Amino acid sequence: MDQPITQPLVTIRNCRQAYHKEASADLVVLDNVDLTLNEGEIVALLGRSGSGKSTLLRIVSGLLKPTSGEVKWRGKDLKGPAEGVAMVFQSFALFPWLTVQENVQLGLEALGVGRDDREERSEEAIDLIGLGGYDTAYPKELSGGMRQRVGLARALVVHPDLLLMDEPFSALDVLTAETLRTDLIDLWMESKLPVKSILIVTHNIEEAVLMADRILVFSSNPGRVAHELKVPFPHPRNRYDPAFRQMVDDIYGIMTRRAPKEVQAPAAAAPTGFATPLYPVSTNLMAGLMETLSGPPYHGRADLPALAASLQFEVDELLPLGETLQLLGFAVLEEGDLLLTEMGRKFADAETDDRKELFGDALRAHVPLITAIRAVIDQRSNHRASAVRFRDELEDHMSPEYAEETLRAVISWGRYAEIFEYDEEAQQFGLEEEDEDEDE
Amino acid sequence: MSNYTPTALAGRRLPNRWDGAALLLVMGLLIALVGVGRGTIATPIASIQNTAIHLSPMWLPYYALRSTARMFAALAFSLLFTFTYATLAAKSRRAGMVLIPILDILQSVPILGFLTFTTVFFLGLFPGKVLGAELASVFVIFTSQAWNMAFSFYQSLTTLPADLQEASRSFRLSAWQKFWRLDVPFAMPGLVWNTMLSMSGGWFFVVASEAVTVGNTNFTLPGIGSYVATALQQENLKAIFYAIIAMLVVILLYDQLLFRPLVAWSGKFRFETTATIAGPEPWMLKLLRRTALFQDIGDVLSEWMRALTRLRLALPAKRQIDENAAPSKLVDTIWFTLITLTAAFAAWKIWLFISSTLHWSDLGTALLMGFYTLLRVIVLMIIASIIWVPIGVWIGLRPKTTRIVQPVAQFLAAFPANLLFPPVVLLIVYFHVSPDIWLTPLMLIGTQWYVLFNVIAGAAAFPGDMKEAVANFHIKGWLWWRKVMIPGILPYFITGALTASGGAWNASIVAEVASWGSHTLTAHGLGAYIAQATAAGNTPRVVLGVVVMSAFVIIVNRILWRPLFAYATRRTTLG
Repeated sequence: MDQPITQPLVTIRNCRQAYHKEASADLVVLDNVDLTLNEGEIVALLGRSGSGKSTLLRIVSGLLKPTSGEVKWRGKDLKGPAEGVAMVFQSFALFPWLTVQENVQLGLEALGVGRDDREERSEEAIDLIGLGGYDTAYPKELSGGMRQRVGLARALVVHPDLLLMDEPFSALDVLTAETLRTDLIDLWMESKLPVKSILIVTHNIEEAVLMADRILVFSSNPGRVAHELKVPFPHPRNRYDPAFRQMVDDIYGIMTRRAPKEVQAPAAAAPTGFATPLYPVSTNLMAGLMETLSGPPYHGRADLPALAASLQFEVDELLPLGETLQLLGFAVLEEGDLLLTEMGRKFADAETDDRKELFGDALRAHVPLITAIRAVIDQRSNHRASAVRFRDELEDHMSPEYAEETLRAVISWGRYAEIFEYDEEAQQFGLEEEDEDEDE
Repeated sequence: MSNYTPTALAGRRLPNRWDGAALLLVMGLLIALVGVGRGTIATPIASIQNTAIHLSPMWLPYYALRSTARMFAALAFSLLFTFTYATLAAKSRRAGMVLIPILDILQSVPILGFLTFTTVFFLGLFPGKVLGAELASVFVIFTSQAWNMAFSFYQSLTTLPADLQEASRSFRLSAWQKFWRLDVPFAMPGLVWNTMLSMSGGWFFVVASEAVTVGNTNFTLPGIGSYVATALQQENLKAIFYAIIAMLVVILLYDQLLFRPLVAWSGKFRFETTATIAGPEPWMLKLLRRTALFQDIGDVLSEWMRALTRLRLALPAKRQIDENAAPSKLVDTIWFTLITLTAAFAAWKIWLFISSTLHWSDLGTALLMGFYTLLRVIVLMIIASIIWVPIGVWIGLRPKTTRIVQPVAQFLAAFPANLLFPPVVLLIVYFHVSPDIWLTPLMLIGTQWYVLFNVIAGAAAFPGDMKEAVANFHIKGWLWWRKVMIPGILPYFITGALTASGGAWNASIVAEVASWGSHTLTAHGLGAYIAQATAAGNTPRVVLGVVVMSAFVIIVNRILWRPLFAYATRRTTLG
């Protein structure tokens, strides 16, 4: 233990996480990620869902072994969950059949801490985190905020050097989340937390700026650290401070900036467009957003943070929506702003049937998968095409989850634009009756 | 009331070659049992002390106690089996590939068909001792309980919430600690419900397994079942009436003292994050929870239990997951070869066993008998559905009536129907009617209640807003049945119908042959075929009958119930 204090808690070099696919190239979730965590700092991993930030957290925690790369905990290779690391979960991960106290003592039992010691330490953690009096309650009797306090107490009771938090406040309502954040930061500032460092995963930009000393912004597909920012503001931080706002704006800009097009290997570049994952954004939501954008006060251009605040959207919801509109040519994302295009304006002003037509045109122009499906349907004499083959083809280019999402998006959009019908039972695309007659 | 998918429905679709291998392994095992037993069959097993059964009602409490004790002994074995077998199947991919199809087959094998094999085996194990007979009886009850408990536990283990698993790993719980802290509690509601269903079904087999005749060997164990058997021999109707009363009391006690408190208690382990309004607390549970003495006892017990489960037994726990680690191809190959060889060996043994005494014509007979029984089951299911679906819906839509009728239906399902056979047999003998028709209802007498209480549960769970919408649009009459109620209760109905029809196959072994004193009534069917082969000690025929019946049950499950259930749950649930 005579090592210098400056030794980092965690060092990750060249970390890569990929799933081996037999048919095609590997699916890369994390690529070439470096991370160093020092004592005394709060670091945020900020990114959209699917950017691999939670995967990185699991690698740091020792739950997951990376495909390649070096993971060191206090200078030693990490093989399995280390003793000085504790985790707080997005879903709280409380055991519903254990009381608050039993939940908190869980980690101590695993360490084999004696009974008296266990009681004392759990009591301490419960009081510290503001749960006094709830010792014998079961999780289901508690509100979401109280449940996450139990999750926190359970992690703190083992006195971890590193506290890992996986989207800890995203399942809570806005007010509760804010209270928990401030409580945690207060304890941190008063050095009452028995931890040396905190790593927090979030998709909430304000949360990252509010809490962290350092923010790593992840880009998606594959997950990489796109940017590293230091947050210079002292605690307690003020959300309405112009400098704070500017930083949030900047990060929005970073996150909406188009990743520089990779020079892709010819094998990976699919001419049919099967390689683009799509988000199953509902057509109602798209229509609603275009209407909102075209009307006052936005008149076709909106600042994303402001838009997110007024619509009560998370970045994680707003960005896929904006990106889908951009993909279909209805809007453009530009440095943290969302701009409606001419097509978008036309759509917003149109009636239902015209909208469907416009949407169909956009799909045919920008989503090659839809065109491909329709082509196969038209080729077949019975005007039916199995969804399975398209899913298989998609899975050659992306993870099964993405393939499923992409297919769901295509089904819902194609149905709306009346390009094809879909039979869920048979998992088959088909045509509407009248369409078939026309063709024959 | 809680409802769980019957394990025969919830199983994933398994590759057929594993099913084939599993069938061979199970049958091979049975024949091996007979083989072991046969070595000793020459020794005079018949000489075991057969306790005389007294028909005086004074003896009934003692007999009831003995029967109940057998039931709990079997339960203990079932739990042990569940915890080990299902855990192994869930934690080891290679073991799971074989163990789960085997379990699936075992579930479909008619338990009473086992009687020959196990009796011979256990009597052979302890020649001339009552212990062998006791174990044989306990084993029959065990086979009626264990499979669906193990299946339920296995299913829970494979659906453990990912976040709780991660929490257990990241807090470094040992495998032993995780088993008691996560695996068992998570499985508890399903396991308790299945255990209770198993025990309810078990009374039937308690009654059937206490007085057994295999060839020239017979044994009688003190218990309600042998009391009834003796009463039948002596044509003593009064005694049968006493036995029915005694059984009613036993089941009432079991229902009130155990079933209801346990099921209500297991609600604590239900994996849900919102507090639900629970039904009224059963009085027994209230007594246990509120009385100081019981509380103290409970505290001491749970403290012991906790200390035990806290032990950091150094079983290797897998904490870090390597998603890129591919299973060793070599070990896989060795494993598969091993299974294939064992299955081939089993096939060869089965062939030797059957071919020495049986002809192809025997298979034809067995299949024909199977179709007779199948026809019976189909007709009975249709009749039962026509009767119980409207009644069940009527009850289920009236919450007050439901509260009264539902426990009664569950209670009736636990009552061993074989106790009710004698009066029916007596009537058939008296009126000289055809046993082929009139013995048939006996098959369903005990299991029809599953249809009723599942339909009640389905109708009671029908969403209130949909009821209002239906009333608002004036949907009535046939349209109401066709578009609203039948789709609404379909998954529940199928659950009940599957349980009922599965039970009916099993019951056919005792229902197609019935006797009253010197009169023996026989209906044509596979059940009678097995029962007669058992009585004659013709084990190859029993094997053939059991295989054919298992095949019928498996095929009906695969091509009828499972797709139907999948369809019903897919089509009648939103999202």
